[in-house]
Amino acid sequence: MKLIKQKKEMSTTKIIYGLYGDDDDLMHGVKAFTDKGISINEVYTPFPVHGLDKALGLKKTRISDAAFIYACYGVTIGITLTAYIMNHDWPQNIGGKPSFDWLHNMPAFVDPMFELMVFCSAHLMSLTFLVRNKMYPGAKPQNPDPRTTDDKFMMEFVSDDVETIKQLLIDTGVEEITVKDA
Amino acid sequence: MSGHYEAPIREPLIIGHKTYHDITEDIARPIEERAGKLWWASLYAALILFVYGFGCIAYTVGTGIGAWGLNRTINWGWDITNFVWWVGIGHAGTLISAVLLLFRQRWRMSVNRSAEAMTIFAVCQAAIFPVIHMGRVWVGYWVFPLPNQFGTLWTNFNSPLLWDVFAISTYFSVSVVFWFMGLIPDFAMIRDRAKTPFNKKIYTLLAFGWGGKAKHWQRFEELSLVLAGLATPLVFSVHTTVSFDFATSVIKGWHSTIYPPYFVAGAIFSGFAMVQTLLLVARKVCHLEDYITMYHIEIMNIVIVVTGGMVTVAYATEYFIGWYSGSRFEDFTYLSPGAAVGPYWWAFWALIICNLVVPAAFWFKKVRTNIFWTFIIALIINIGMWFERFDIIVINLSRDYLPSSWTMFKPTIIDVGVYLGTIGFFSVLFLLYARTFPVIAQAELKSILKISGETYKAKEGDEHH
Repeated sequence: MKLIKQKKEMSTTKIIYGLYGDDDDLMHGVKAFTDKGISINEVYTPFPVHGLDKALGLKKTRISDAAFIYACYGVTIGITLTAYIMNHDWPQNIGGKPSFDWLHNMPAFVDPMFELMVFCSAHLMSLTFLVRNKMYPGAKPQNPDPRTTDDKFMMEFVSDDVETIKQLLIDTGVEEITVKDA
Repeated sequence: MSGHYEAPIREPLIIGHKTYHDITEDIARPIEERAGKLWWASLYAALILFVYGFGCIAYTVGTGIGAWGLNRTINWGWDITNFVWWVGIGHAGTLISAVLLLFRQRWRMSVNRSAEAMTIFAVCQAAIFPVIHMGRVWVGYWVFPLPNQFGTLWTNFNSPLLWDVFAISTYFSVSVVFWFMGLIPDFAMIRDRAKTPFNKKIYTLLAFGWGGKAKHWQRFEELSLVLAGLATPLVFSVHTTVSFDFATSVIKGWHSTIYPPYFVAGAIFSGFAMVQTLLLVARKVCHLEDYITMYHIEIMNIVIVVTGGMVTVAYATEYFIGWYSGSRFEDFTYLSPGAAVGPYWWAFWALIICNLVVPAAFWFKKVRTNIFWTFIIALIINIGMWFERFDIIVINLSRDYLPSSWTMFKPTIIDVGVYLGTIGFFSVLFLLYARTFPVIAQAELKSILKISGETYKAKEGDEHH
């Protein structure tokens, strides 16, 4: 989605909210606006609406790529920890397991290495998710209308062409329109 | 983002003529209404057990684990039995959330939240046992590889006990993260409806500012998918690692290569039994019959039949090997001809009846679609799976390699108290959860209303004819 960041240069710039009562209507609305080349600033929905990200032209999220990097980081910690503790700092003969060579001792370390991989990947990915979404405990609700976590679907525009947007919203079955100063 | 066509012939997952708003109302109702007398009575009963159990734990810590019924022959008893039992119970939650998400099983959406809560609370109980079994709980942090001033005293990464520390703590924290991330949009729904300033404040704190933006939903779905991908091998690894505690030892009846798959199947078996026990009550008390339908109950019973079948095969194998090995020691393992007629015959037969004979009733559709019998059989499986762990630990240890040291295990009142205390603690947590958390993942459920809701399925069926 193309985010329009308009400054308050023109006093005619408004924020327009269109509230839909159904996800299918919302999807028709989104398609109508994108077909006409009108940028939608944001869409708020109570649940993930199938195909909305593609209709808005959102890029694929890279959070899974980040998860892979975090997993590699976890495995590296696992290798370093086991190699240093078991084979470098104080090697001991435990049950005859090879203690002077990490590679030969490695099968015994698969479990903790795997756990560290999962631990780092899951936690750091979740943290990335929160940071990228600017979410933290007690943060101010990001949705402008509380009904959008219940059963309403909202489109948000920042534009000075209020009338065109209003008309298109009405044509696509919007239930409620609110206009505010930007 | 999710949502695909579903054949009209499939059973609806949401019964009744529901709208999105109805789902919101139904899920928010238990949180917004005042608690009933039954809830308060259950909470008091659970609190009494919890306080009693806490007293027994305090006594154990103050006196030492000599307060338990352990002896030189049976040096693991109720403690580790209860530990493995609770960890096993904690398996269904993440299995439902993670594995079934990867398999795109939509029915999980009605049960995953509570099943995962159960997982987290069960793992909390499990962790209590090895910690107090250490005796000196105040040095419990020594299980972690921390730099220290005792010379070069490191943890032993060759030991399955240390693998267990890593496996269970990772399982616990990843399950909490997975659960909490899924809860955020639902907390936001409760926040946006909250009427009292206190509720508003609490749910604002928990909702992390969630607003349901399109990009955030996209990231949310990707996060859920990757977390599910990570949690899936984790589910299987945890009980595998728990089984290594036994399988890598030199105790007869324990050093068995069948243990990892057998333990995992048993854990899922017992986990689903506990999910049934809890959800059948929660469904009735919170009026969630339209969301946790007979189809949900039946399909979970089918999982119980499948995993119960795997466990049965493992039992048969153990029994056969006990006889076929020709070893006189193997003849005293927990699943052997010797155990069936030995001094622990009652524990052996409790295991066979509760885990093998009774659950077989689920092969009949009439039984597995009957709420009363589902509840009773699920309870019996819970008991049976406790006996399985008791048998593995106590029967195998009671008849060791030296006949002069053969003995029996007698639990003390402290043993019993600690166990009952964990049941009380678990119940307290679950009861509080049922009143303060959205017990069904409502945002996810709304996304399948038009695919699996009764009204929409009926419409689609009409269009096809």
